[in-house]
Amino acid sequence: MSPLTGIWRSLDHLERPGDGSEEMQHREFPEGASELSDEWSRRQFLKIMCASIALAGTTGCTRQPLERIVPYVRQPEEVIPGRPLYFASALTLCGFARGVLVETHEGRPTKIEGNPGHPASLGASDAFMQAELLTLYDAERSQAVIHESQVSTWDLLLGELAGAAKKWQGNGGAGLRLLTRHETSPTILDQIARLLVKYPRAKWHEYDPLATELAAPRYHLDKAEVIVSLGADFLSAGPASLKHAHDFTLARQPKSTMNRLYVVEATPTLTGAMADHRLVMRPDDLEDFARTLESGTGSKVAALIAADLHEHAGRSLVIAGECESAVVRDAARRLNQTLQNVGATVDYPAAGRNSARNLQELVTDAHAGEIDTLVIIGGNPNYDAPADFEFGTLLPKIASTIHLGLYRNETGVACRWHIPEAHELESWSDAAAFEGSATIIQPVIEPLFAGRSRHELLAALLEEPFSSSYEIVRAFWQKRHAAPDFEQFWRKALHEGVIEDRSAAAPASSPPPNPPPPRSAGLHLLIRPSAQMLDGKFSNNAWLQEFPEPMTKMVWDNAALINPATASRLKLENGEVVDLKFRGRSVRAPIWILPGQAEDCVTINIGYGRTSSGSIGNGVGFNANTLRLSDAMWGGSGLEIGKTGKHHDLVTTQQHWEMEGRDQVRVGTFAEFQRRPDAIAKSAELPPRKDETLYPNVPDNGRAWGMAIDLNTCIGCGACTVACQAENNIPVVGKEQVGRGREMHWIRIDRYYEGDPANPAIFHQPVPCMHCENAPCELVCPVAATVHSSEGLNQMIYNRCVGTRYCSNNCPYKVRRFNFLEYDENHFEKPPTRKLMRNPNVTVRSRGVMEKCTYCIQRISAVKIEAEKANRLIRDGEILPACAQACPAGAIVFGDINDPVSHVSRLKASPLNYGLLAELNTRPRTSYLAKLRNPNPELEQI
Amino acid sequence: MPQLFERRANAIARATLIAVPLVVLGGWAVLLAFARSDFWTGVDSPVEQPVPFSHQHHVGGLGIDCRYCHTSAETSSFAGIPPTETCMTCHSQIWKDAPLLQPVRDSWQTGRSIKWTRVYDLPDYTYFDHSIHINKGVACASCHGQVNEMPLTWKTNQLYMRWCLDCHRHPEKFLRPINQTVKMNYQAAPNQRPLGRQLIIANHVHTDGLADCYTCHR
Repeated sequence: MSPLTGIWRSLDHLERPGDGSEEMQHREFPEGASELSDEWSRRQFLKIMCASIALAGTTGCTRQPLERIVPYVRQPEEVIPGRPLYFASALTLCGFARGVLVETHEGRPTKIEGNPGHPASLGASDAFMQAELLTLYDAERSQAVIHESQVSTWDLLLGELAGAAKKWQGNGGAGLRLLTRHETSPTILDQIARLLVKYPRAKWHEYDPLATELAAPRYHLDKAEVIVSLGADFLSAGPASLKHAHDFTLARQPKSTMNRLYVVEATPTLTGAMADHRLVMRPDDLEDFARTLESGTGSKVAALIAADLHEHAGRSLVIAGECESAVVRDAARRLNQTLQNVGATVDYPAAGRNSARNLQELVTDAHAGEIDTLVIIGGNPNYDAPADFEFGTLLPKIASTIHLGLYRNETGVACRWHIPEAHELESWSDAAAFEGSATIIQPVIEPLFAGRSRHELLAALLEEPFSSSYEIVRAFWQKRHAAPDFEQFWRKALHEGVIEDRSAAAPASSPPPNPPPPRSAGLHLLIRPSAQMLDGKFSNNAWLQEFPEPMTKMVWDNAALINPATASRLKLENGEVVDLKFRGRSVRAPIWILPGQAEDCVTINIGYGRTSSGSIGNGVGFNANTLRLSDAMWGGSGLEIGKTGKHHDLVTTQQHWEMEGRDQVRVGTFAEFQRRPDAIAKSAELPPRKDETLYPNVPDNGRAWGMAIDLNTCIGCGACTVACQAENNIPVVGKEQVGRGREMHWIRIDRYYEGDPANPAIFHQPVPCMHCENAPCELVCPVAATVHSSEGLNQMIYNRCVGTRYCSNNCPYKVRRFNFLEYDENHFEKPPTRKLMRNPNVTVRSRGVMEKCTYCIQRISAVKIEAEKANRLIRDGEILPACAQACPAGAIVFGDINDPVSHVSRLKASPLNYGLLAELNTRPRTSYLAKLRNPNPELEQI
Repeated sequence: MPQLFERRANAIARATLIAVPLVVLGGWAVLLAFARSDFWTGVDSPVEQPVPFSHQHHVGGLGIDCRYCHTSAETSSFAGIPPTETCMTCHSQIWKDAPLLQPVRDSWQTGRSIKWTRVYDLPDYTYFDHSIHINKGVACASCHGQVNEMPLTWKTNQLYMRWCLDCHRHPEKFLRPINQTVKMNYQAAPNQRPLGRQLIIANHVHTDGLADCYTCHR
């Protein structure tokens, strides 16, 4: 039996082992996924089958349609058709740059990777960065200048601005207001500063629903041995998360020491799932906890943690969450000072503040009638401003409202003018990273939909003669870097994707006010950004809509997350629709019971419930901003829940692809590892010996591709899932199809719980194809569409596949995905532009074809061909599958397992290495390294 | 009651029993043969192009190297179709008023590409890389035929998978020395097989896995 019998997979599984979930475990697929539920008679079915067989042969007679080749008229020097080019640029998250390398094929961007030279990405990426590609090609982005609901032109807008400028020159710009998102772009800040000089009475306001402080502390997690997170999800949220994940995993390696992470939080996060000790408490209790941690007295738990911190003074770190109150944040800062961590594991940059005013002042002035022109640059305040500002009723009171945005969103619809904005990959700009270094954002494609950049709109307001974004950005940097070697500087900046000129750093922006919540009994509301939609920026992005939320595994919805005990006390069930009432406002939301949630706390995610997002995002989920108030941006106490008697179907990928409670995730402690390293990954059921098989052994000469996934460093963020989707042209199937268990992701992240549902240990396990040496799928394919390659890859040949699905039935890992419908033709990825986005080196699969992870064979082939041409060997690490490249934690390693010194061989030689279900004698090429925890022994005894 | 069927009806019935399957199978065989015929697959039939470009004249007559126009054959999966600019390097000077070249001049003036028709069209699930073949001693002419003798361009092979596999399984039958890959007048050596086996080593051709599905399909 498994040593981890405590591992369970969902609450239904744990609590009602006798009902449908039990049946679920013994089925291959969920109900409706594998049988025909349409009302077809047997006779009709046979008729169709006979006709299909009779006509099957004729498909071979189709003549290839004539294809055109369209060469360049003048071929650009660096373009070689068939070879991709990479450009360094940046994408912003909450205004902060994260460096990217964009792969382009003949001018079409097809993939986004992190820029290894950029401090905020270090070569890694997350789901948002990957999915930005789909947004770039979204044909529902705004395409025309709209004036009072009529299509208009940019020139007409310029005419109107010219008229207004005459007035502003007379009155110093009184009545002119600028509302931006959090801005770090040095050029934009310079343009705004000049505008404010030109019109001294004009005002600039900044509002970002997720605003993070630029002067936020900078953490050096690689140097910290003991880390205490007070509600901070530093591993997966915020503009520095990729850097944090990278540094954290460096110190997570089981060498002579291994770091220890305590997380205190109310709602489970990915950081909490990595914790050695996760304490669940309400936000107001968290404040008390922070105080006791400081004083070292009070609860025994706090005292022990405080003692551990003091034992590692100078090598410890206390991180406060950005959603937490000032009490917690100040306590964390004082603790770090007391512990002498400042300068060692954390730096507090001098706090500055830019001249931007906040949204509150804008609202006050608008009500006072002091505003006649409001220019909204980016953002969607009409959707995401605090509900008590009543932003929607405010806009009609302003004579002239101009909105520049990627989408004609809720704000764009309510403004008199709407101008389509160019995507970041379509126009020149610049931005600063979280630590201050600047990056020039260079476009990789001409604007697909005639978008205008923020620079062009600001230049129009400044009444400067027209110049392109390129000229504006370049002129700014020429002014800043006035040296004869400017050209060299500029080219280097573009090539490297980062400028080591931190003077460009924007002054700090203030985070949303976080007053300490008034204490009261009853339910506590927590409002958090979504791991899929962020703040609503990505709500029209089908990749992210179908990206399983890391904790709930929910897709195409958000829900009110609630603790199991609270749910049973209030008699609430999964999917039950309730009225959430908070300080006089209410919203209807479905319930989702989430293990590890604090008792009496309800978490809702913003970014859903859009009305002007586009056909993908409209009407998906509920709008949590309805309950967001300016004095309770991240929630507060006083929530009431009213029953409605209604039910909403929530779809998760959690129940699907069940693996029968074997010891898939193996866990041990660091202390055990030091005592007996080989005991942790050992299963009760040993894998068979090498000669125990009826099939010929795979020869062990030549190359043999394999993969190792380190569960100890995997944070479960899911960047690999979306990176794979972008790289391998994986379609989106929609909520209804996911409900039938037909999601197509080639690499999924399984999530397991262990222990008490109130505060379970949480494990993540990425599962791609195992490329078994004794692959069960290959034996059952009647047409040999899946066979082994000489290098040990389990090949899936689409053009041979006839769709019997025997392979999928016989796969113990359930990693094979079937195209039940012509998914590629569905509407989720917007047909006209979608074709430009496809990776030209991967076949787009059609209906009736099985598919699965190929270890990115197109990348293996590309490297192999280059090495063969140069008559050299393939270097270790030269081939990077998309998942391994995206992983911020470096948890996925790919390479030649016949090369004893390759990174992957060394990992596979680790005593922690084990094969998933290896006892079935499948001999998986993908193996896992057991997870280690480093709990505090004294705390374990409590 | 008289006999309804004469004696020969037996023979007719027997003949029918044999003939019907024969006709069905024969018809099937004819269909298959037709589908695989050069006529249906377009082998040896010139493809209509916007400009009747003659490889015979340019390659055979003038001796222009393949790589002058197909510039990326050695470096990229795609051999490259010359941009209009390449045509105009000569045709801005010679034959600059020829009516046949009007589409080229139009393209040059308007900036719109000439739309050529593909002659060798592999299925979309097959990934062919020119550069690795050229670099390992597979000649242009091995697949494209004696292009230097084609007044208009046609394909010389049906591009069925068995044809690809013939070389992937037995490269020694076709390999040339690397410096001969773009030569049009190369005469295959009489001792091709022994020479081919030497060339496999000399050209560093790794024959393991050449016939793996993933070599071409992904």
